[in-house]
Amino acid sequence: MILDGKCPTGPIEKTWDKHRFDMKLVNPANKRKYKILVVGTGLAGGAAAASLGELGYNVEAFCYQDSPRRAHSIAAQGGINAAKNYPNDGDSIYRLFYDTIKGGDFRAREADVWRLAQVSNNIIDQCVAQGVPFARDYAGYLDNRSFGGAQVSRTFYARGQTGQQLLLGAYSALARQIKAGTVKMFPRTEMLDLIVVDGEAKGITVRDMVTGEIRTHVGDAVVLCTGGYVNVFYLSTNAMGCSVTAAWKAHKKGAFFANPCYTQIHPTCIPQHGDKQSKLTLMSESLRNDGRCWVPKNKGDKRAPGEISEEERDYYLERKYPSFGNLAPRDIASRAAKEQCDDDRGVGAGGRGVYLDFAASIKRLSEDTIRERYGNLFEMYEKITDENAYKVPMRIYPAPHYSMGGLWVDYNCESNVPGLFVLGEANFSVHGANRLGASALMQGLADGYFVIPYTIANYLAKTTPGKVKADNPECRKSVEDVNNNLKKLMSINGKKTVSEFHRELGKIMWENVGMARSEQSCKEALKKIPEIREEFWKNVKVSGSGAEFNQQLENANRVADFLEFAELMTRDALYRNESCGGHFRVEHQMPDGEAKRDDEKFCHAAAWEFKGVNAEPELHIEPLKFENVHLAIRSYK
Amino acid sequence: MSHDKTMTLTLHVWRQKGPKDPGKFETYEAKDVSPDQSFLEMLDEVNEDLIKAGKDPIAFDHDCREGICGMCSQVINGAPHGGMDRTTVCQLHMRMFKDGDTIYIEPWRARAFPIVKDLVVDRGALDQIIQAGGYTSAHTGGIADGNAILVPKDDADYAMDAAECIGCGACVAGCPNGSAMLFTSAKVSQLAVLPQGQAEAARRVCAMTEELKAQGFGNCTNHYECQASCPKGIDVKFIAKLNREYLKALCK
Repeated sequence: MILDGKCPTGPIEKTWDKHRFDMKLVNPANKRKYKILVVGTGLAGGAAAASLGELGYNVEAFCYQDSPRRAHSIAAQGGINAAKNYPNDGDSIYRLFYDTIKGGDFRAREADVWRLAQVSNNIIDQCVAQGVPFARDYAGYLDNRSFGGAQVSRTFYARGQTGQQLLLGAYSALARQIKAGTVKMFPRTEMLDLIVVDGEAKGITVRDMVTGEIRTHVGDAVVLCTGGYVNVFYLSTNAMGCSVTAAWKAHKKGAFFANPCYTQIHPTCIPQHGDKQSKLTLMSESLRNDGRCWVPKNKGDKRAPGEISEEERDYYLERKYPSFGNLAPRDIASRAAKEQCDDDRGVGAGGRGVYLDFAASIKRLSEDTIRERYGNLFEMYEKITDENAYKVPMRIYPAPHYSMGGLWVDYNCESNVPGLFVLGEANFSVHGANRLGASALMQGLADGYFVIPYTIANYLAKTTPGKVKADNPECRKSVEDVNNNLKKLMSINGKKTVSEFHRELGKIMWENVGMARSEQSCKEALKKIPEIREEFWKNVKVSGSGAEFNQQLENANRVADFLEFAELMTRDALYRNESCGGHFRVEHQMPDGEAKRDDEKFCHAAAWEFKGVNAEPELHIEPLKFENVHLAIRSYK
Repeated sequence: MSHDKTMTLTLHVWRQKGPKDPGKFETYEAKDVSPDQSFLEMLDEVNEDLIKAGKDPIAFDHDCREGICGMCSQVINGAPHGGMDRTTVCQLHMRMFKDGDTIYIEPWRARAFPIVKDLVVDRGALDQIIQAGGYTSAHTGGIADGNAILVPKDDADYAMDAAECIGCGACVAGCPNGSAMLFTSAKVSQLAVLPQGQAEAARRVCAMTEELKAQGFGNCTNHYECQASCPKGIDVKFIAKLNREYLKALCK
């Protein structure tokens, strides 16, 4: 089937304005008759729930954490992009649009990206009004910094905690609506199934993580804002609770999963220290503004960094990409680091690391200036590694960080299942095959504050409120299915823990479907994943009972979904027989090692339809048209 | 940074099935602990052993493991988050301990934070304080340009110092009175210093202070344990700011 993204036509600058006028509205008196279920309370979910509640809809919001303020958006450090052009350095909506399309290696929809760039400016205004303490200069104006993949300074920031401050802004707007009674909040509640009635999304089945109760919530539309899936690699920069579960359950109920092979491996993370490690920690990309990446020129050089002279160092990003230098996009910087380490020039224990050196900037600007800009990051680095990065260079290595793929949505952020909307990282829409830094926060808030309030009305206006009641047979069946699944997990009583299975899966995915992929490695993974899955369902051990606070059970359920999802992700990586952005197939590279696209065959989104756990999914294609930015080889040289 | 030696530690961990269970300390041994492991990774390993032995693993809250989400919450040897300067439990590393150490691990203890299980508590009361007024009532959309409101750098920095609060509740756990004054004052101060928060400043400080009492938190008697416990180093000067804002509001 050929999918239609339902993008408005005409000049790109007018598309969103025209579409907003063309969409149907729900009048204020009718809004309160509709109930909307928002799952996840990060930037996208928090902003959506607050904005929809304020409009007058009845909103129920859900998160697995103990408070909506803890969603993983909070961990974003560096900043948020907007096309304000405050520094007068040549930025515009068109340039942000262009940079994002190019950064994504021409695998995103033009109209969606244009809208994102257009509303980016409203986001900054909105956040300022909420009291987000963005960095300011002495005159009181908003300050900007630069980020990877851009030659202008368009990134707004709040020290190294921009995600935290933006999330707390959305959280406070949400708190205001909770107080006003328009939003009912359900913390420590995890979505375990989507309820589809007559082909439309009308509810969710959840588990109360304190009491273990399984219950359904019905509504007129469901909005999934449940983040990404890179915990499929086990070690990643995601929070421990981040999972594919909500998206995967929706997928199993009919929602297409698009481009799952597009995963972002972030270049600046703290290298792994041992086998018992539970997660990896990101160091903000903003550090690359003042840090210089280098490795020793000589292979296997194990001397301390201070003993290696300037002539013996290879500042490989500056050498390979003179115009972007250390600010090359993430996929390119990550692969360059891997290349150096594969070539036996890596540093630190195990040789999986490169230096990020601040000595030159400290000399130029003073240690205090560097501390002012990145103090908290240096502090965090020292806590984890016991090293002072003002004195010795940081050691960094790429780590799984973000997923560009996600549930397929049309221009309205609506999936192919009517009534199911997907926002933020959970959808596939704007980042193509590679996301640029400071764009995730922008997308989450754009979708939540400025897209869904309009597009959901267009759907609701065509539906009768309260059509599905809690006693619908689909609800009963969903509760029964969820209960049976959990009972099955509890009853296996095998020998291996959930974490052991997760680690095993992660290793296979990282080695075969990580930074570099090949036909052979994908086939290898496709052989191994079903084997682990089979063993999991025979040999996993989950203690305790389902009717209580049980973190083992929560985790087991998430890993069970990763074990199914991993296969789809690998299949997609095998199918996409080209390299683009974060998806690097070793068979397809330029002579200089850059990703080589195949626009003839793969200038499309690949959306997969679920056909059963051990059955092949069905492929649907949405062709991508580039009418404003011409398809070109992405160059950052 | 790499240490070859591993450690063996004795852990006394608070175990409590639910809010009504009296609870008690149980003793466990943590073996082969690497100094580079984080405290929570050490507990993960203890839990793996418990699961394999068919026992109930220790329940504890955690999520980002980067010190920013505010989910982790343990009192270690009497100090919230282990007492290291500006460090959450998840950022605490085992190199701070030595072979043979005995470690006591307890949940946040405060009237306003009922225990859910073991080391997990219910901090919903903090959300309620924010809901009482910890926001500006800005509508979505229709906002003037961000640079239309000038905020001097010193004020922006002051607001940011307060806004760094991660809402973990260590200030409450550290306070002998179980007071949430530092938490409340951080939000009041952030919004009071910014022009955007002026319009509702008086109403906000009154509503949030009322809620603080209603949720069962104790009063502040200037012990400053909150600041010492805070993993983000939030300064007690914000409590003074809250008191000043409160007095100003009463005059209105």
